[in-house]
Amino acid sequence: MAIFETTRRDFLIGTGALVVSLRLASPALGQGPGAKPVALDQVDSFLAVNKDGTVTMYTGKVDIGTGIRVALPQMVAEELDVALDRVTLVEGDTALTPDQGPTWGSLSVQVAGVQLRQAAATARRALMDMAAQRLGAPAGDLGVKDGVVFVRAEPSRRVSYAELIADRRFDLKVDKDAPLKNPKDHILVGQPAPRPDVLAKVTGAHTYAQDFRLPGMLHARVVRPPAMGATLQGVDESSIQGIKGGPRVVRQGNFLAVVATSEWAAVKAARQLKATWSTWEGLPEQSKLWEHVRSTPIAKDDVAVDRGNPKAAIASAARTLKATYDFAVHTHGSMGPSCAVADVRGDKARIWSPSQAPHWLRREVAATLQIDPAGVHIQYLDGAGCYGRNGHEDATCDAALVSKLVGKPVRVQWSREDEHGWDPKGPPTLVEITAGLDAQGNIVGWDSELWVPKADITEWPRTLAATLAGIPQTPAINPGNIHRNLDPSYPFANQKAVAHRLESTPFRPSWIRTPGRMQNTYANEVFIDECAAAASADPVEYRLRYLTDPRGIAVLRAAANLARWDARPSPRRDPQTGSIARGRGIAYVKYENARTYVAGVAEVEVNRTTGAIRCTRFTVAHDCGQIINPDGVRAQIEGNIIQTVSRTLKEELRWNRSRVTSVDWASYPILRFPEVPEVVMELINRPTEPPWGVGEPAACLPPPAISNAVFDAIGVRLRSVPFAPTKVMAALKTTTPPRA
Amino acid sequence: MVTLSVNGTTHRLDVEPDTPLLYVLRDDLALHGPKFGCGLAQCGACTVLLDGRAVRSCSIPVSRVGKAKVVTLEGLGTPQNPHPVQRAFAEEQAAQCGYCVSGMVMQTAAFLSQRRASPSDVEIRQALQANLCRCGTHQRIIAAVKRAAALMGKGA
Repeated sequence: MAIFETTRRDFLIGTGALVVSLRLASPALGQGPGAKPVALDQVDSFLAVNKDGTVTMYTGKVDIGTGIRVALPQMVAEELDVALDRVTLVEGDTALTPDQGPTWGSLSVQVAGVQLRQAAATARRALMDMAAQRLGAPAGDLGVKDGVVFVRAEPSRRVSYAELIADRRFDLKVDKDAPLKNPKDHILVGQPAPRPDVLAKVTGAHTYAQDFRLPGMLHARVVRPPAMGATLQGVDESSIQGIKGGPRVVRQGNFLAVVATSEWAAVKAARQLKATWSTWEGLPEQSKLWEHVRSTPIAKDDVAVDRGNPKAAIASAARTLKATYDFAVHTHGSMGPSCAVADVRGDKARIWSPSQAPHWLRREVAATLQIDPAGVHIQYLDGAGCYGRNGHEDATCDAALVSKLVGKPVRVQWSREDEHGWDPKGPPTLVEITAGLDAQGNIVGWDSELWVPKADITEWPRTLAATLAGIPQTPAINPGNIHRNLDPSYPFANQKAVAHRLESTPFRPSWIRTPGRMQNTYANEVFIDECAAAASADPVEYRLRYLTDPRGIAVLRAAANLARWDARPSPRRDPQTGSIARGRGIAYVKYENARTYVAGVAEVEVNRTTGAIRCTRFTVAHDCGQIINPDGVRAQIEGNIIQTVSRTLKEELRWNRSRVTSVDWASYPILRFPEVPEVVMELINRPTEPPWGVGEPAACLPPPAISNAVFDAIGVRLRSVPFAPTKVMAALKTTTPPRA
Repeated sequence: MVTLSVNGTTHRLDVEPDTPLLYVLRDDLALHGPKFGCGLAQCGACTVLLDGRAVRSCSIPVSRVGKAKVVTLEGLGTPQNPHPVQRAFAEEQAAQCGYCVSGMVMQTAAFLSQRRASPSDVEIRQALQANLCRCGTHQRIIAAVKRAAALMGKGA
C-alpha cells in the first residue's frame, strides 16, 4: 500500500511545499475479522488517530491531478482541529479505503469530502465527550487546538486526541447530524494550501504507476489488431527470434502480447512480431458521420424537461430559429500512455493502477480473470492526467490477463499509438434546437433534441482484454451522464428537451471531462446567442431577461464586469481593417442545473485570410459554494479552460473504415504554449453553502463563448466543433459580412 | 557494453546499443524523472540535458550518446536541495498531474542557462512550444519560468 505521508519537518520552502514519501508496506487486506473497516457508515472507515497524534484518513477517491490530495485533508483537519501537516491521506487502496465511487463528475469534494468531514465531525464529538470525562469538565467548557483538548478556563488541564484514542477504533457510525464547525471559525478551509506532491513531482522523487516495479516482473506490450474488429489468424513466433532478452508471445483468442525481461526487448518484439489478421471495415465513413448518427436506431428517448407547450408556442411565434450543432469525437490524450502492474496468483490478484476508479475496477479485473472480485486488491498510483475513463482500466486488465497467462508479475505500458488509437472515446454529439421569438425578440418556446449513445450507467465499458480474449462480459456501453444540461439553464415558460439514446456509436464510448454537459451547453449557449443576435440584443442583457436565479445572475454579471464587457449586439459593426478581426463572446451555465454556477467571456482574434482562431484571453466567474482551497480551484479552472480551448479549436479524432488514424500528436494536435489564452477569474466564495464540484463545470464555457466571440468578430456562426480554419473559411464564403 | 555519464556518475551498462536513452535511464538506472510520453520526440516528457542541451531521450539510441554528459531531473536537484527551476515550479504549484513537468523543468533549465536577461512571456512560450501539457497548467508554468529566472538572478 502506498501512503502519501507528509510530516512537519518536510516543510521545505517559503510556500510550504511538502515532500511526499511513498511508503510501501505490507497490505492489510480489508476482509475478515480485525480488518480495517471500509463501510461508508463507519467513522473508522474514514480516519484513525495514531499514537503520535497524527491522523490517517482514507478515501476511495484518487488525486488524478486535481489537488484533492490537499483539499480533502483540509476538510478533515479543519473539522478535527489538527494541523494540516499532521494529517496523512491514504487514497485508492481497495483494501483500506471506503468505496466512495469513481473519481468523476466533479464529486470528490462535494461527495467524498463531505462524507469525510461528517466522519471527522462525528469523531470530534466523541473525542470531546471522552475528554470531558477524562478532564472532569463539561464538553461545552472545552476547546481544542491542534489535537489537544483543554479546559478553556484552565488551559493547563488538557489531554491529547492521542491519549484519548490512539490506535484504537471509534466503533461509531457516522452521524449525519454531528455538528460541523461554524464556517466563520474556519482557519484551513477557504485558505490556499500547497499540494503535497508537487515538489516530489518536479524533482523526480514521486512514484507514478509508470515508475512502479516488482521483483521478477516482466515487461509486456500488447499487439493490437491493424483493424479494430479484426480476428487473429496466425502468429509467426519465429519472427521475434534473435531479440536479446528472449521475448515470447502470449496469446488468448485475439488477444496478442509479448513479454520480455527488458522493456526495450518487449517494444522491439511488439514491433517486429509477424501476425496475420482478418480484414475488417466496420467503422462509418468519417465524412458521413452525422448521417450515420442520425440513422442509428434509437434505443429510447429521455425527456430532460417538458414544460408548457413549446410546439404550440413556436408555431404561433413571430419568428422561428433553428440550428444544428455537432461536436467531434475526442480522445483523452493523456500525456503518459496508460500503464499498470499486475501480480496474479490463482484466484488472487494484486494490482497497481492509475485508474480513476480502483474500487469499480475490481469488477473488471475479476471478470477478466474469471475470479471473485473479493480476491482483487488494487492500489492506486498516479498516472498521467486522467480526464475520464481513458486507457488505464484497459491497460490494467491487459496486465492482469498477461500475468495470469505467464504466471509472473507483469507491467503493461501502452504506446502512444495504443492510447490515441484504443482508449475509449468521447462519442460524436449532435444537438438540434428550435425556438420561437415574439415580436420583441423574446424566446417564447424552446425545443431541443440530442443524439447520443445510450448509457448503462452502472456498467463499465467493455475492456479490450476481455473482448479480444473472448472472455464473457456484460455487453454494456457507458458514455456517462451525457444528457445532463440538455435542458437550458433558463426557466423558459415553454421548453422541451429530448435525448435520443442511440443503440450504438462508432467507437467504444466513455466519459471525457464534462461529458455531455460541455456539448449540450455549447449548443444551448450558442443558440441563445443566435436568438440574441436575431433580437439585436446585447448577449448579456438578453440572458438576464430570462435568468431569475440570483447566483446565476451574479456570475454572469461578474464575468462581464471582469472582462470589461462592451455591451452591444453582436456582431460588432465597427470596421476592422486588416486580416485580424477581434470579438468577444459570453457563455453561462449552472452545472447540471443543480450545482456550480459558471460564466465566461472569450476574447478571440480571427484571421480572415487563413481562418485561424486564437483565443487570447478567457475570463471566468465561478461560484462553487464553499471554497475549500482557492488555489486548487484556480488551478482546476485554468485547466478546464485551456484544455477545452484546445478541444474546441483543434481536436478531432480521425479514422478510416478500419481504425483510428490520428494516433500521435502530429495527427491529433493539441494547444501549444504560444496558443494558450491568458485565463483570468473571479471566485465567488459562499462559505455557508455546501462545497460543490470544480473539476468540470468551467469546461462547459469555451466552445460556446468562442463560437459567440467569432460571430462577434466576423459575423460567422460556427456550429461544428472543432472550429478548424477550413470551417471558418467555408463559413466566410457563405456569410454576408456585417456592414458598418 | 555502453559507458554512460549520468548526473555526474559514469556507468558501464550491458544494454543493446539501439536502446533509447530513455529506457536505459528509467529501467537500468532507475531514474524515473524522465517520462515516456510518446516515443516519437513529439511531446517533451522525456527531456534530459545532453551537455547542457535539452534533448528528447526517447529518440536517441544510447550508443549515440558517447561521452556527452547526461543530466536528468534527479541530477538537477533533490526535494531537499532543489534547483532554482524546480523550486520555482513548486512555489508556483505549476503541476497538475505533473507527468509533463519533468520535461518542462529540463527545457526551462536549458533555456535559462543560455540567457542573461529575464525572458518575456512571448520568449517563454516560444521556448516551451514543443513541450505539451494536457492538464492546462501552461499559465503556471510560464509564471514558474519567470520566478526561476528571478531566483537565478537574471536581469530585467
